[in-house]
Amino acid sequence: MPLEYPSPLAAGSPALPDLEALVAEDRVHRLIYTDPAIFEIEMQRIFGANWVYVGHESQIPAPHDFVTAKLGLRPVILSRGADGGIHLLFNRCTHRGSTVCRKAKGSAKLFQCAYHGWTYRSDGTLNSVPWPEGYAEGVNDSRFNLAQAPRVESYRGFIFATLNPEAAPVTDWLGHIREPLDDWLDRHPGGKIELCEANRLKFKGNWKLAYDNSADGYHVVFSHRSLLMTENRFNTDNKGMTYYKNRPDDGPIHVRYTGNGHHYKDKRPAMDKRPGALWESEGAHPGMEPHEAEIRAKLGDKADAALDLVSAPPMNINVFPNLLILGNHIQVLQPVSVNETDSTWYGTRIVDTENELGGTVDALNLLRMRTQESFPNFGEVDDLTNFEQIQRGLEAFEDEWVYMHRGLGIPGRVRELEDGTITGPATDEVFMRRYIREWQRLMTAEPVIALKR
Amino acid sequence: MSETHDPATSSWYLDGAFHHWLVETFRDWRTDGREIHDQGTRDSCRRLLEREARLLDEWRLGDWLAMFAPECVCWAPSTDPAGDPRREIAVLFDDRRRMEDRVYRLETDYAWSQQPRARTIRMVTNVEVFAVPDEGDALMTRSTFLTTELRDGELRRISGWNAHYLRRKGDGWEIVVRQTNLIECDLPLRNPSLIL
Repeated sequence: MPLEYPSPLAAGSPALPDLEALVAEDRVHRLIYTDPAIFEIEMQRIFGANWVYVGHESQIPAPHDFVTAKLGLRPVILSRGADGGIHLLFNRCTHRGSTVCRKAKGSAKLFQCAYHGWTYRSDGTLNSVPWPEGYAEGVNDSRFNLAQAPRVESYRGFIFATLNPEAAPVTDWLGHIREPLDDWLDRHPGGKIELCEANRLKFKGNWKLAYDNSADGYHVVFSHRSLLMTENRFNTDNKGMTYYKNRPDDGPIHVRYTGNGHHYKDKRPAMDKRPGALWESEGAHPGMEPHEAEIRAKLGDKADAALDLVSAPPMNINVFPNLLILGNHIQVLQPVSVNETDSTWYGTRIVDTENELGGTVDALNLLRMRTQESFPNFGEVDDLTNFEQIQRGLEAFEDEWVYMHRGLGIPGRVRELEDGTITGPATDEVFMRRYIREWQRLMTAEPVIALKR
Repeated sequence: MSETHDPATSSWYLDGAFHHWLVETFRDWRTDGREIHDQGTRDSCRRLLEREARLLDEWRLGDWLAMFAPECVCWAPSTDPAGDPRREIAVLFDDRRRMEDRVYRLETDYAWSQQPRARTIRMVTNVEVFAVPDEGDALMTRSTFLTTELRDGELRRISGWNAHYLRRKGDGWEIVVRQTNLIECDLPLRNPSLIL
């Protein structure tokens, strides 16, 4: 029996428009959002041959813990092996192709295929097959192990995987986006958080519509007008995202493109630095008053800094292509088809193993659940509706281009800094123009994909 | 619970004791021994649930809010079973003030997720009524719902079951807690901007 067969896919290729011509300096072609053939290539080259966020270490804390997920469209199991190592296993029996794990999460030393009973260990190696004497050459061969991603690497709890064995180390690939990510983590006791349940949403639109929006300071006061009105309905004008009012480009908020498709919106310069300032900018949340009183009674003058942990840190950190950190949320984009996307807003909890928070961590986390539920309920629903309406508008196929040229060509508006990152004012679309170039680079490069077994 | 704070503008009643009561009260409550068979009581509960569904279908959101006790909670868990809202994200967990936020937002005309507004038909059925131990003036109901929503040319269905904690008020009942258990509570929801 030959070990290798030539893939029938190698010679063929789906009909594609000219990928080089889809992206111009100031605009992109509507097809990048609407063409199923382009989507199919994305699932190989963006969500396969490049690093993709696949989960958080707190979801699989102990050996044999697992969660099921998707890498692009591939069903996968993020599994911790007996030795604590993390594996991204294809959830696909080597024998006949059935999924071998049908639960969302759990703990399992073995995954058993329900069809013919083959079992695999939590590191993906084949454990046993029924009646192995029926195989002429036996099954004691690594090619019968579950396929898995050749590279899985973590950065401070965030787990990334790629099918590209030659990919740069994930810390290098993250580059300067690690700086806001470090700040986001370091404000917590022990510099860490744990994931909890999620506000799970979906929309009928292309996944890039959400990535385009991730650091878009231009839409806030329009898309989220009802939210801003609601947050300030008790005669205030300083709650929530009100720092986008008036002329945001004249203010200190800026967007920073850090390379490899990553970027962040930094709203910190618009916020007062003193402890408690973040908490004061919060709108109203259920249970706020009695729990704030309890925390203040326990912590005294340290309460302000603790309460700030409940509030959203003023940054949007976006790691291409699917990890969007907004406030205290870890938002994950999961493409479903060219015009369907899941958007899961995992909540995060404070972990206070050393009791740095003087016994207030439960009250803080209770409030933190409520602050996190607010935006998906009152803000994101309007964004997703607008994304769906873009997808609908793009059906007008003779009207080919979508613009992302806000800020382009204005001298001094966008600057390249010494560290190679690029900065622009709050509503600038420079991050879109830059990340879509990275998208184009990946889409036009020959992908390197090799499975490990 | 405090008498001095208006729950429309403050959340003082939602303290540690209320959360504890809520989690304990909504755990293992549908037992055979607590089921109420009295036709009149069951009928009064069903009338309340039918009225709630009608007010929401007719977008009479202020009248809907008025069916609730001043110090109330609307909770839609993101897991099955419901879990502990002190430690977990919910689809929604609203106090009186946030329920009024929700209605306020929908009535701004700038809540794009409900522009145009949905037309809905709510079917409420399988109403069962349960006693609350040591609480003669309160009842809990379990009812199932199937809401058909037509919005922006698309028809869809939302279903699940509601738990209502009702407290006697005059000749009828006021809603203290409504727990909405969506059948798809732990799956991605498309545009959950409607009042469920």
